Amino acid sequence: MRPAAVVGTGQTHHAAKRLDVSMAGLCREAIDRAMADAGVDWPDIDAVVLGKAPDLFEGVMMPELFLADALGAVGKPLLRVHTAGSVGGTTANVAASLVQAGVHKRVLAVAFEKQSESNAMWALSVPTPFTMPVHAGAGGYFAPHVRSYIRRAGAPEHVGAMVAAKDRRNGARNPYAHLKQPDITVESVRASQMLWDPIRYDETCPSSDGACAIVISAEPTSSRAAWIHATALRTEPTTFAGRDQVNPRAGQDAARALWKQAGITDPLSEVDATEIYVPFSWFEPMWLENLGFTEIGQGWKLTEAGETEIGGRLPVNPSGGVLSSNPIGASGLLRFAEAAMQVMGTAGDHQVDGARRALGHAYGGGSQFFAMWVVGSEKPA
Amino acid sequence: MRDVAVVGFAQTPCVRETDGTTNGVEMLVPIFHEVLGGLGLTKSDIGFWCSGSSDYLAGRAFSFVSAVDAIGAFPPIMESHVEMDAAWALYEAWVKLQCGEVDTALVYGFGKSSAGQLRRVMAMQLDPYVVTPLWPDSLGLAGIQARMGIEDGLWSERAMAEVAARSRAAAMSNPLAQLSGPVSPEDLLDEPYVADPLRRHDCAPITDGASTVVLAAGDRARELCERPAWITGFEHRVDSPSFGTRDLTASPSAVAAGKAAGADGVEVAELHAPFTHQELLLSQALGLGDITVNPSGGVLAGNPMFTAGLSRIGEAARRVHDGTASKVLGHATSGPLLQQNLVCVMEGRD
Repeated sequence: MRPAAVVGTGQTHHAAKRLDVSMAGLCREAIDRAMADAGVDWPDIDAVVLGKAPDLFEGVMMPELFLADALGAVGKPLLRVHTAGSVGGTTANVAASLVQAGVHKRVLAVAFEKQSESNAMWALSVPTPFTMPVHAGAGGYFAPHVRSYIRRAGAPEHVGAMVAAKDRRNGARNPYAHLKQPDITVESVRASQMLWDPIRYDETCPSSDGACAIVISAEPTSSRAAWIHATALRTEPTTFAGRDQVNPRAGQDAARALWKQAGITDPLSEVDATEIYVPFSWFEPMWLENLGFTEIGQGWKLTEAGETEIGGRLPVNPSGGVLSSNPIGASGLLRFAEAAMQVMGTAGDHQVDGARRALGHAYGGGSQFFAMWVVGSEKPA
Repeated sequence: MRDVAVVGFAQTPCVRETDGTTNGVEMLVPIFHEVLGGLGLTKSDIGFWCSGSSDYLAGRAFSFVSAVDAIGAFPPIMESHVEMDAAWALYEAWVKLQCGEVDTALVYGFGKSSAGQLRRVMAMQLDPYVVTPLWPDSLGLAGIQARMGIEDGLWSERAMAEVAARSRAAAMSNPLAQLSGPVSPEDLLDEPYVADPLRRHDCAPITDGASTVVLAAGDRARELCERPAWITGFEHRVDSPSFGTRDLTASPSAVAAGKAAGADGVEVAELHAPFTHQELLLSQALGLGDITVNPSGGVLAGNPMFTAGLSRIGEAARRVHDGTASKVLGHATSGPLLQQNLVCVMEGRD
């Protein structure tokens, strides 16, 4: 496989409603920043990969078709990826594979969601045969998994609130974050309304309009690059007897494959920063275990000890994560791009000092689609 | 580049309506069984899975998720999905094989057009701010393209009827075709218009269906298939969506993809042309001359949305597998009026 690196990243200012731009304008805002960051122009881009969660969220069938001009894709190959909530991560992995395979030299990956154009709750509530309707939203679906995690791990109730307070404080350091709450506290989170017991309002991701773009290249275009050390994709079915939705096998398998490919034997000591898909606060300790950073049942202890703060042993979501901005289709790519920014040293006020290796992680569906990558400041051996 | 070949292909019958649920994933189980069984493989032998389908066709978000159940994907699999015709999923799988991470891939696509009103659903593909609110009918749009070509002298209603007659005749040897039989262009020209200058036979039928293709690299392909269809060129391009700025009688994306993929010298081509005039346009764009086009009957004999392009590649590969051709072309299109085009050139080696 040929080496490939992220050479530029860009994102929009995320907000509940970006009424100032169309879908094309939203994408272009992120693309223009990524291209400028990479120092490349349209003739330097060989192909475009667009990722987005379901088309019903905006009410447009295959929006990449009408966006072809805005994406700069006319006359070039254009691929559209859709793997539910993990789509942003998968988009990055597919774009990476186009360079790693030697098919293209430089690829633009873009992901977006403009949820304000439509009604996401409606889009997820179409009655379908043989499938339990999720009329209560994603929180209603995941709350039982969270409760099960708390029971199994014996985790104290305040851990979820700690994650929420940390991520929102981190978000306040990120100029692009939707929610900026520098003064949030564990107490204020615990005082917020219970939505889907045990998930409170302040432990829930917002619904955002936003986009993210990255340029992946076979050769660096400047003195800094985030080299792709490993990628992984794994999928399992939504429901079947014996499926462990608290600690899905697909996530474990993906992580194992990822660490192996990256040459990492002890993730907790060898990874410097992580951007993990945490739409509800308790998914931080759950995914720390699923990813193999800790033993089963121990994830919450890392969080409780403050080790997942910026400056801790394993900073998780220094950007503020999905809890601070959630343009669904773009959320995975934001995790991957933020990981790249950390190892390129371009994360500004939420930079983790000396980050040389970082994880980008995304999951989707009923915790069944997983996409991950490890990026590093050094070219892989 | 690594040597990668199409080694297996299976498809459902093309039918007007299946009994299955709205997304149609039930169609997948028998064809997975057929394609894997034919190669002596099980699902655990597949390194990478990729699919193509559409949420809007199924009228539901995440319609592809149920397909994971049809696979029986436990232990977990390495998998991805494109919201496009599955020919593009095949492209993604081919790239994955080029990375050297895996040696086999299974690609599938499925579409149940009968779940909704296809003409109206397709209007959702257009610019949502300025075009979709007018709800242009997909047959009406194709009619504009056909009319422009007629007025430019590029094709005629008779030439279009001849394409339809040839498709129906060719489909007589295809037991999975939805429409087949001997018809004369004269009789077809007596039929009324559905969207002037298009008559019913000028338009692909509304079809439910699914198909699957297996790819393998190098020696693995030689083990699995006596005469693999080696992919020697695989390219796709997109044109502007703007009808007003695009020459609707040309297809720059098809021309560019055909040239880059090395379409010269193919003996058989399976073209994804949902309208008769589009077959004429594409034959020209790809420089096909007088070769055999659509020996399966093409999509005018059955057009399972989101897998019809993949089926074209499978049908073309089959001509290499059975030794009737040594260089073939499979083509897929997507988007309104041939906006996006993909060309896969395959060769047999003796």
